[in-house]
Formats: sequence, C-alpha cells, structure tokens
Amino acid sequence: MTDAVLHHARIALVGNPNSGKTALFNALTGARQKVANYAGVTVERKEGMIRGASGRTMSVVDLPGTYSLRARSPDEEVTRDVVLGRFAGEASPDVMVAVADATNLRLVLRLILELKAVGRPMVLALNMYDIAERQGLRIDIEGLRAELGVPIVTTVATRKRGLDDLVAAVEAELAAQPASLPSAWTSPDAEGIRAAHREAGRIMRAHVRPPEHPDTLTGRIDSVLLHPVFGLAILLGILFVMFQAVFAWAAPLMDGIEALMAGLGGLVAAALPDNLLRSLIIDGLISGVGSVLVFLPQILILFLFIILLEDFGYMARAAFLMDRIMGGAGLHGRAFIPLLSSFACAIPGIMSTRVIDNKRDRMATILVAPLMTCSARIPVYTLIIGAFIPQQTVGGVFNLQGLVMFGLYAAGIVSALGVSFLIRRVFWRGRVEPFMMQLPAYKAPDIKNVALNLWQRAMIFINRAGRIILPLMVLIWVLSTFPYPPEGATGPAIDYSFAGMIGHAIQPLLAPIGFNWQMSIALVPGMAAREVAVAALGTVYAVGDAESATGVLASTLAAQWSLASGLAFLAWYVFAPQCAPTLGVVKRETNSWKWPIIMFVYMVALAYLAAFVVYQGARAIGWG
Amino acid sequence: MSDSFPLSQARVGARGVIVQVGDHGDHDEHAIELERRLLEFGLVEGARIEVLHEGGIKRDPIALRVDEAVVALRRREAASLMVRADDAA
Ligand SMILES: Nc1nc2c(ncn2[C@@H]2O[C@H](COP(=O)(O)OP(=O)(O)OP(=O)(O)O)[C@@H](O)[C@H]2O)c(=O)[nH]1
Ligand SMILES: [Mg+2]
Repeated sequence: MTDAVLHHARIALVGNPNSGKTALFNALTGARQKVANYAGVTVERKEGMIRGASGRTMSVVDLPGTYSLRARSPDEEVTRDVVLGRFAGEASPDVMVAVADATNLRLVLRLILELKAVGRPMVLALNMYDIAERQGLRIDIEGLRAELGVPIVTTVATRKRGLDDLVAAVEAELAAQPASLPSAWTSPDAEGIRAAHREAGRIMRAHVRPPEHPDTLTGRIDSVLLHPVFGLAILLGILFVMFQAVFAWAAPLMDGIEALMAGLGGLVAAALPDNLLRSLIIDGLISGVGSVLVFLPQILILFLFIILLEDFGYMARAAFLMDRIMGGAGLHGRAFIPLLSSFACAIPGIMSTRVIDNKRDRMATILVAPLMTCSARIPVYTLIIGAFIPQQTVGGVFNLQGLVMFGLYAAGIVSALGVSFLIRRVFWRGRVEPFMMQLPAYKAPDIKNVALNLWQRAMIFINRAGRIILPLMVLIWVLSTFPYPPEGATGPAIDYSFAGMIGHAIQPLLAPIGFNWQMSIALVPGMAAREVAVAALGTVYAVGDAESATGVLASTLAAQWSLASGLAFLAWYVFAPQCAPTLGVVKRETNSWKWPIIMFVYMVALAYLAAFVVYQGARAIGWG
Repeated sequence: MSDSFPLSQARVGARGVIVQVGDHGDHDEHAIELERRLLEFGLVEGARIEVLHEGGIKRDPIALRVDEAVVALRRREAASLMVRADDAA
C-alpha cells in the first residue's frame, strides 16, 4: 500500500486574516474553535476530520491568517511551514483551500498567486458571500476560475452554505491526482510583490465590479467610535460599564447560588449524623467549591461583554485608540488585543502574542499580560470588596463597590504599562516596530456564537472548580481537621491542625503586610489558581467555626480581619503570580524556564511591596 | 511632482493615489523589510487611498481606506508612502 492510501488526505485552509477560515473549519468539522471579528484570532494550527460524499475521510487543518508566505511572526510561520511542508514528517497539504473574504479580494488574490507557486492543487472558497450579495458586489466567477485556473465555490461559513460544494470540489481535486509539482515558491522581493499586485489588480478589474451598495455603516459608526476626542472616552466608558455590570447585574444571581449552596449544606447537615464525612462535605466541598461557584454569573457577564465586543469588530478599534498610549509605555500596538483578552484569562492572552513579530515586543507583552486582571481574580476581589466596602452609591449613580473594582482593574493596567515601560524603555531600548492592522467591517454579533462561547466559558469554569479546586479543597479540609486538638485544649481546634501549623509558620513572613495565619494558609494552595484562595478561606473558616459553616464567608471576614488587612490582600492579588498554568504557558511559549522564573520573581516582589505599602498606609490613617 | 506629499502629513479627508512606496535609495535592512510589508498590506503604487480617521494624541495613528479595505497605520510608517493628491481642493 502506498502512503496515500494509508494516510488521510490533508486539506489546509489558507487565507488572509479574518476571512472566515475558522468559521469554515468549525462548520466543516463541527469543531468549536474561537471565531471573532478581528485579524489574528487563530494563532496555531488545528486539525479536524471531515467525510466527503464518497465516504472518504479527510483531515482539515485550520491555519493562522497571513498576507504572505514570507512569514514574519510566529503565527504566520506556522502557516508557512504547513503550506510548504516544512514540519518534520509532514508533506505539503494535498489540497489547499484558499479562503477569501469575497468583499475584500485584492490582497488574497496576490496571496493566491504566491500559493500557486507552491504547486499543490487549490480550491478557492469565496466566503462571506452573503455580504457580497447584500452589497451587490458582482464577481464573474467563471472568468475568475479560468484566469486563476482553480475551481471556485461560494460559501457562507456562518450559515453553513456552500459546504457540500466545497467538499465536492476538494474531492474532485484529490481524485484528479494531479502530478505534484515541486514547489517553486521563493520569498518574493519588493519588485516581485509589486508585479503580483499588478497582476491581482488586473484580475480584479477584469472580473470584479465594485459593489452597488458599499458598506457605509462601518464608516459612520467609526466616525463616532474613532473620534479623536470622544473615541477614548467611549472606550473608557465601555470598560466602566462592563465593571459596573459585573457587580450590579450579577448580584441577584449570586444571591440565588449562595442560597442554593446554603440550602444544600442544610440538607446534608440534616441528613447525615455529625461525623467526619459530614464535615468533609459541608466544610470542605460545599463551603470551598461553593464559595467559588458563586462567581459564575460575574465571570459570564464579563465574558459576555468581551465576546460581544470581539464579534462586533470593536477590538481592532480599541487597539487603534490605545496605540499611542501603549506606544508611550513601549508596547507594540498589536499588544492591545492580547492584553485585553488577558482580562478574561492570561493564557489565551499570552498565546495571542504570537501575532507580534518582534521578539522583545512579544516578550514584554508576555511579561505584563498577567498583570491584567483576569477573571480568576474576580472571586477574590468580590469577596473582599463585599466584606469591606459598603454597598452604597456615590455621586448619585456609581456603585462604590463597582468603583473599587474599577480601581483594581485600573491598578492592573497602570502597573502593566509601568512594567513594560521599564522593560522596553530602560532595559531593552530598541527600534519601534511598524504597526499595521486592518479595521474589519462591523458585524452584528451572531447570537449563536455568543451563546456557544458563553456556554464554553461556563463549562471551563465549572470544570476548573471540579478538577482543580475540589481536590485541593479535600486536601485543605484534611489539613485543617487533623490532627485533633489535645485533650483540654482551649483555643479553636483548627489552631492545632496541620493547616494551623503551616499558617502560623509562614505568617511571620507575611505579618508586615498584615496577613493573619488564615490568609497565609490560603495563599499556599492559591498558588495553583487564584480563586482557590477564596475556597481555602471558605474551608478554613468553616472548619474553624462551626457556626459559620453555612453562613456567608464575607461577613466572617469582615468580623475577623481589619480593613487594612483586607485592602492589603486586595493589593497582593493585583500583582501575585498565583496561577501555575500561566507560568506553564510562558515556559511553553518562550521555550525556557528563564522567563517564567523572571515573571514569578518580579510579580511576587511587586505583590509584597504593594501589600506592604497599602497595609502600613492604611494603619497609619487609622484603618488598622 | 509638486502635488505629491508623504502620507504622514495627510489630514482627515485627504485622498489620492500612492505614487511611491519606500525610499528607493535606502538599502537599510529595516527599510527594505518595511517596504515589503507595506506592499503586502496593499499599500502599493497605484492604490487609491483616503484618510478616514486620526488618533487623538498627535493625530496618530491614522485609518485609511485603501481600495476596498480600511487599514490603520502609524504616521511613522506612513512617511514611507508618497501620495499624489486627487482633489485639487
Ligand atoms: N456574514 C458572514 N460572516 C462570516 C462568514 N464567515 C465568517 N464570518 C465572520 O467573520 C469573522 C471572522 O471569522 P474567523 O473565522 O474568525 O476568521 P479567520 O479567517 O479564522 O481569522 P484569523 O484566525 O484571525 O485569521 C467572524 O466575525 C465570523 O463570524 C460568512 O460567511 N458570512
Ligand atoms: Mg481563525
């Protein structure tokens, strides 16, 4: 048997950024890779399987978008290497599907001319054909097909239109078994690119009529959103509303979940005799995991905002508005989207820095990304804010707790800018790299896509609670329950447990920043994931005090901690690198332990310093 | 060509045709790379452009319509593009 029989045929989706490759990939394979309306969403290759009408299975590879095979950034290199068959043990794809945004053909035509030199069979998918039709864009498909010498299908990836035709065209190419030509691709010089542009321009003029109803809405929206003065104010306003919403809208839902957890604890308490098992379930599982699950509504509200902005097409605008400010801090304009995604979670944020081509620009962005307030900090912030900041309205409209939350986010942003300034303007001075970015047309967010994304987020969060937090909670419960206090002991039992011993042992180190031993013990498992600290506090206080077992953690904290300690804990969490997966991803993306270690050390140092200043400052003004 | 100017000096509303990309005498590695990237991005001789928006700080960056696409660019890079004005106005 030959290789061709043993292996599935491989099909690669290639094209400019934001042309709908991933949407097409998802539609073809049923995968759920991230789709959003800005360039550079996909940064690694993903494979999936499809079955053609003949029953033949083929593997499809989704690739990062690019304007040229002459790759400049790590994501584009992936595309180049897959297309040219440079990955070890992999030949070039058997068929390339060039995915084009039908409303924006010029650049992809030039890319197709480059792809043709690779010498593999190709099919052109004119995607976003719905928009082309709506605009009255007239494409002479037959002429284009003859000119380019490749079969053409029209598709609407988001509505799953044209998929069968596309797969059939691919299968026809496979069946034709064309002699595979050796790749004649060489990196084009400026004159080569100009010549290809002239050719693409000629093809455009011959076969594409300009749209009868061009999109004017995008321009009109942009004249407001990109306004030199109001633009930035609107951006700040959007972020502000987002954080207010995280507090204001989530409250009723959170109360509901809290009541549910309390009810569950009550049921278990009534059903089980007072023994160790009951303590494990109520104090360890329900108090620990429940205290984290309560934050699901807030996290979903945050994600709802981010997903809507991404789908609408606002992200590239935000990057445009922030470019000068970021540049002042030594960051590249393209760093904005990775940093904004880090509000959700630093891990996708760090991965999306692959669109940044300069190594130092990319490294600086990676190092500061975890300073952006990720959603795992929300439980910590909300718990402490709920315990220490009164629920009141200031200035008639602003919720004070929301304001403090906004302040914590601002602290994260300002410190990220400060640190990157230090890195790029003091340690690593260098030339400023060019910034070029497409501003995509606005699109109405796709409700299904939004709902699906939210659902995935909810599942990830609940999974984390189950897989990371739950086992850690069992461990903490064991540590805080055993050993039992000696006969005739006077203090609370937990003081004599392992947790008490560990907490008391490290507490002197943390005393200058106002942490008591319960906070100290919560930091240890909290190194794995930030929200674990909340769960750990839930368990430590539940075991320590039977009364509050099903009570509300926030009120326990308010009674037990000074305001200064509470604020210091918040300050610590703005900076602390308490997330093992983030450090792991930095190791993977930079291929060395050096950077995660540098990140860990500088963030711990900042966290300690910030907590120290806040604690001592708050005590000095009498909040101790 | 008295009516051609570097794109970096253009204000909102300026329209024209790109007449030169890159400074052809410059053989600095970065200049050569920048030229290729501008070209790949569609900023090529003959492309019609219109400045649509500019940033709030030092009017930077700028957003341009380039043929049918809209792209954002810093004035620093726009300095390598010479444009011939369309409207004599
Ligand atoms: N109306 C319409 N929108 C589409 C179609 N295909 C994709 N989109 C939208 O276009 C945007 C970009 O889609 P993606 O699939 O993320 O594009 P991509 O080519 O994978 O982009 P990169 O990964 O950044 O290279 C998203 O907002 C999609 O919802 C289509 O056929 N019609
Ligand atoms: Mg993609």
